[in-house]
Amino acid sequence: MTTTTAPSPVLEATGVTMRFGGLTAVRNVDLTVNAGEIVGLIGPNGAGKTTFFNCLTGLYVPTEGKVAYKGTVLPPKPHLVTDAGIARTFQNIRLFANMTVLENVLVGRHTRTKEGLWSAILRGPGFRKAEAASRERAMELLEFIGLAHKADHLSRNLPYGEQRKLEIARAMASEPGLLLLDEPTAGMNPQETRATEDLVFAIRDRGIAVLVIEHDMRFIFNLSDRVACLVQGEKLVEGTSEVVQGDERVIAAYLGEPFEGAPEDTAAAAVEAAEAHATEGDDQ
Amino acid sequence: MATTDTTTPPRGLVALPATAARALVAIGAVATIASTFMSWTYTSDFPGDLTYYGSPAGLQILDLVAGVLTLLFALTLFGVRGLGWLNPATAIQPVLLAATSAFAVSWFSAIAIAVDLKGLVALDPGAYIAAVGSAIALVGALALPKPGDTFKDYVTKPDNIPPAAKLPAWGQRLVITAATALALIVFAYGVGVDPDASETFLGYILLVVFGTWSLFTAGLFDRFAQLNAGHKGFATSMAFLAAALFPFVENNEHNSNLGVNILVVATVALGLNIVVGLTGLLDLGYVAFLGVGAYAAALVSGSEFSRFSGVQFPFWAAMLTGMLASLVFGVLIGAPTLRLRGDYLAIVTLGFGEIFRITVNNLDGTSGPNLTNGPNGISMIPDLNIFGFNFGSNHDIGGFSLGRFANYFLLMLLITAIVVLVFTRAADSRIGRSWIAIREDETAATAMGINGFRVKLIAFALGASLAGLAGTVSAHVGYSVNPAPYQFAGSVPPNSAFLLAAVVLGGMGTVNGPILGATLLYMLPEKLSFLKEYQLLAFGVALVLLMRFRPEGIIANRRRQLEFHESDDTVHIPEQGLPDSTVGVTKAGA
Repeated sequence: MTTTTAPSPVLEATGVTMRFGGLTAVRNVDLTVNAGEIVGLIGPNGAGKTTFFNCLTGLYVPTEGKVAYKGTVLPPKPHLVTDAGIARTFQNIRLFANMTVLENVLVGRHTRTKEGLWSAILRGPGFRKAEAASRERAMELLEFIGLAHKADHLSRNLPYGEQRKLEIARAMASEPGLLLLDEPTAGMNPQETRATEDLVFAIRDRGIAVLVIEHDMRFIFNLSDRVACLVQGEKLVEGTSEVVQGDERVIAAYLGEPFEGAPEDTAAAAVEAAEAHATEGDDQ
Repeated sequence: MATTDTTTPPRGLVALPATAARALVAIGAVATIASTFMSWTYTSDFPGDLTYYGSPAGLQILDLVAGVLTLLFALTLFGVRGLGWLNPATAIQPVLLAATSAFAVSWFSAIAIAVDLKGLVALDPGAYIAAVGSAIALVGALALPKPGDTFKDYVTKPDNIPPAAKLPAWGQRLVITAATALALIVFAYGVGVDPDASETFLGYILLVVFGTWSLFTAGLFDRFAQLNAGHKGFATSMAFLAAALFPFVENNEHNSNLGVNILVVATVALGLNIVVGLTGLLDLGYVAFLGVGAYAAALVSGSEFSRFSGVQFPFWAAMLTGMLASLVFGVLIGAPTLRLRGDYLAIVTLGFGEIFRITVNNLDGTSGPNLTNGPNGISMIPDLNIFGFNFGSNHDIGGFSLGRFANYFLLMLLITAIVVLVFTRAADSRIGRSWIAIREDETAATAMGINGFRVKLIAFALGASLAGLAGTVSAHVGYSVNPAPYQFAGSVPPNSAFLLAAVVLGGMGTVNGPILGATLLYMLPEKLSFLKEYQLLAFGVALVLLMRFRPEGIIANRRRQLEFHESDDTVHIPEQGLPDSTVGVTKAGA
């Protein structure tokens, strides 16, 4: 795992709080993602991970706190957030089901192209050039995730794993500086999970920072430079994989409190149990 | 899949040897053809005058066509050389459907004669021969080997249609030209049917439905779509050329007027298709934009009933005024309402449509300021005059005399062409993709950086201004504008429900769909005068049936077809590993 030499923050979330009426889903969470980093976000079901994601991407307006991308505070509008350079995928796949694979990726290019209605109707050389460039870029991305041969298929006809990949390609089409992945391996088998792992590394190597929510502990601890654990809307702990894996509060959050004076090695067993538990939990 | 089972020789529904069955179809078809040259009834009271020997008329012509079609398809089963192209898979389905068309037309005619003229005595031998001959052909077709176990296999396109042999480019263009000409003849014949001869028109409908269906199951439509895809520009130009020839073929003012009105509603339906079909915004008050355009054009037309009676804009300026007025209204209505989703938007637009009509009714000088002359409307709109070409008078072109409505037909055709161009180009672009993305999943679309509100507003405004454009011409064609037709649902065509039905019936998101839908919905009540009072009922029944059997509309968008028939393996092609290129082409035409 490579570490960045001079950490320059891509994403800075400070004091993000989200309340729905009386319910506080996210409470005073700080999180920083540096350039070239893969940061994991874990937590039991209902911990507020996706809510936090939605706050970052402008889908929700945080009750308190602010989110800054490369030093500028983001406006709370999803399309402006994407325009600024943060792209995301969704926990439950939200592809444009009745568009082809290529068209899905082309929609992702929306913020990086400027052709309006007039140029579409007049079809000047500028329009043709931009359209050709967009298609080329989209095909390049499809090649990157390995779906180029299915460019003309309807996205709804893709198998599950490829739909997940396509969502990532679509997000990457907006040329983001930070990619938010919401449970990218949910419902995948071990081989597919491994492939996704490689894909995320490859994305990082393209200079895109990644923030990933995941329940698969093996996946997240392999992948992440840092991991943050969210429990009941609050950030419990943040640090390297080892730190988080060893943290008793994390184990407690997943498994409940261990009894007093338990032997040392039960902690390790607990982590394994937590992994097993989390993998089963993916089905939900 | 639905082909023959090799272990046991498949039998038909009627137990006969296959050769006998084929022969029966051919004999029946010949008898049907022969019968059309005989007298069907003794009196000329029946519409079309079917009393002559040796010259088919009215329903007989239709039956003749059906008989010839049946005979041709029957001959393909005998493997006659030179007819292979007609039935590439030598399938049973087209034969059966063609025989059904002959049977339907013959029996419908015989029954109609007997009912209209009170009794079987009215039938001449020709009618009996037609009835018996077509029945023999149908029985023969039913005795042919079963294409499958269910009824559905008899009426669906088989899967094993071989790809077409490659024609040289000029040959392909020739085929496109011929097919377009055929379509023009079929359409012109339908329009040309005397409105008092509902019987003839019903026969025409029967023939067109079953005939088209049989050609479709033979796979000819797919092949044609494939050719079209290879020569897009040429095919589109041929289609418009054919449409432009319509006033020459059907040189009659009444029918030209029908043609203009069809073009107006088709154009407006196409504009609505941007809003409903592409962007997925259910707009129930769309006709109001047509009204805004029509009123704007009427106000600046120089009519003495206009509030600005001294003002007479040249047509291009009036056109822009109409478009601009509709655009402004579209933005005014859209800006506050497009934040709503789904049903809420539908209700608000429905309200707007009614508000427009009622406001126009009240702007008469007594209930409100005088602008629109209230329920009386603005009448005596002068005819257009573009570059000295007066649309109101007759013009002789190459021996044909084009009357007032023919002139307007050609003008309206130009505008339809513009709208088709705008639609196709906008749909296949960055903005068009964002419309479809919004329709598919608005949340995901905004997360991809699409400003949902802005993009929806553009769709709404574009749709509105295209309707306004059509409205400017329709104001001149109809001599006057008044608030009555601009309602949600009514018996006179340009109303919102009609336009929406045209889009949904024809096929959402396609170019041809709304044009076909509008044509059908306009022509049917016009030609079937007995239907007039039940028009809305018939609408409803047609829509319910359509939603049950073909929810994607008559002309399916490839995407929507895949969406609605996901379980049908015939459509679920990508998983069967066929090359994608053929999928795109064959599905586009269906």
